[in-house]
Amino acid sequence: MTQASIQYRLVKNILFKGIVLLISSLCAVPLVLVLYFIIKKGIATISWTFLTSLPKPVGETGGGIVNAITGTLLIILVASVIAIPIGVFGGVYLAENKKSRITNIARTCVEVLQGVPSIVIGIIAYLWVVKPTGNFSALSGSIALAIMMLPVIVRTTEETISLIPYSIKEAGLALGVPYHKVLLKVVIPSGLSGIVTGITISIARVAGETAPLLFTAFGNPFQNFNILRPMNSLPLLVFNYATSPYQDWKDQAWGASFVLLVIILLINILTKLAIRRWKIQF
Amino acid sequence: MSTKSTTVKKSSQTSEGAFLKVLAGAVYLIIALLICIFITLVWKSWPSLKQFGFHFITGTTWDPVSGEFGGFPFLMGTVITSILALIISFPFSMSIAIFLGEYNKTGWLSDIFKNVIELLAGIPSVIYGFAAIYFLVPIIQNFEINHNIIPYGVSTLTAAIVLAIMIIPYSASVAREVISLTPRDLKEASYSLGATRFETIRRIIIPYTRSGIAAGILLAFGRAIGETMAVTMVIGNTNTLPKDLTTLFFAPSNTMASVIANEFTEATSDIYLSSLIEIALLLFIVTLAFNLLGRFIIKRMGGNS
Repeated sequence: MTQASIQYRLVKNILFKGIVLLISSLCAVPLVLVLYFIIKKGIATISWTFLTSLPKPVGETGGGIVNAITGTLLIILVASVIAIPIGVFGGVYLAENKKSRITNIARTCVEVLQGVPSIVIGIIAYLWVVKPTGNFSALSGSIALAIMMLPVIVRTTEETISLIPYSIKEAGLALGVPYHKVLLKVVIPSGLSGIVTGITISIARVAGETAPLLFTAFGNPFQNFNILRPMNSLPLLVFNYATSPYQDWKDQAWGASFVLLVIILLINILTKLAIRRWKIQF
Repeated sequence: MSTKSTTVKKSSQTSEGAFLKVLAGAVYLIIALLICIFITLVWKSWPSLKQFGFHFITGTTWDPVSGEFGGFPFLMGTVITSILALIISFPFSMSIAIFLGEYNKTGWLSDIFKNVIELLAGIPSVIYGFAAIYFLVPIIQNFEINHNIIPYGVSTLTAAIVLAIMIIPYSASVAREVISLTPRDLKEASYSLGATRFETIRRIIIPYTRSGIAAGILLAFGRAIGETMAVTMVIGNTNTLPKDLTTLFFAPSNTMASVIANEFTEATSDIYLSSLIEIALLLFIVTLAFNLLGRFIIKRMGGNS
């Protein structure tokens, strides 16, 4: 009797582990499906002309996505230029003034900002930039993405700087180096790998964002390098093409998805390499 | 010599002051940013707040032509899709959390799972939506044909399934962290009484981490509410309320985020625009509340995500 009950408990134990393992493995199914379709359909559409030519009007076959690729890169570049200095400086301040009241308030603000839905940020960028200037622009899209990048950069910078031992800072100060130079020449360089990681993570996070660009960068079928004008980007193009009724556009959306995914994966791999290469052990 | 040293000191002091001001400025800017977002939303949705008042939340008619705006269908749509998504994703995120937090904290198998979760979180929303149009919508359509339901394909359920896949990483990562934080002596005490691993998980770890798991669910809920693109692409975008259980799952509907994405650029009148901004304001407040509550619980438990 007791033997049987022990047996039963042991079987239940093994069964549970099996179920946990099984259900966990099922999570890979959607991932594999999405990747499989994108790679299979994407590679079929991708060619040199697809990557280097402009979209053709509806009805004409062919055409490419070069304007969306350059647009994505340019919008992210401008967003990074806005977000990186503010984010890094803010993160350093939070790490250096741990106990002040303003730090606590700012930390909460950063957490809240991270949770704000991207569509709301899109509306904000529309109201702040598009409406006053009177036209959709890549700049407004960059500002929306910069707002989304900020919390990630601030938090990773703060965490990294907090990990740097006080002795390193003290060594600098003991040599008579002014406090701000210690920050700039000792603390920030020592934490560089963490800061760079935060920046690349934030870029990977916003690179695929569509919602904030819907009413800011808006999309544009022509080649454009002027950030004060509407600009196309890969996520926008995927959205517009995927929901269009034309088969040709849908096929191209797979190709664009593939390119977008490759860009995001490349950023992620670069991040991992950066961590490995610049990691400073204490 | 002495004058030189004082000038050096002075200039370094002023540049030090300037540098520290820049640092503090960045922090104040972030705080101001959030406050300005809130003020802008309230200010721009004021006409709609004033005209419809509380009726905006309870009204069921959304008619831009006659200028009547009631957001109840979208509120319901958001709540239904998000709760459905949470229910669907719960077993998956819990399994991942238990596996990575308790069974295999390290090793090649957990590395694979960690990478899967990371990739799931990294795929852009718009690509999820696109893949769902291609793959999930026909499946749902077939099911509807076989069960004599109008075969829209796009529906509340379709959106909820896509959402569920997208929020697994968020609730799983929080739950994994709190599960791995369970004190060792508690688990050892349980083993020493002869409990199996399953019994330890069920009687010790899950009760101990209950509030942390709840916090993870709250954060995932906050995500699900604000998710826009994937939902917009597969929910069908109709402003109707479900009439019975079948239409609750299988009829097209709309969420707060998807109505903004669809109609914002078409909003012609001021009151229309202001109503859409009021929906954004509601989204902002609700996600803010869920986030703060979730993080408060995690902080109390001693986690740091």
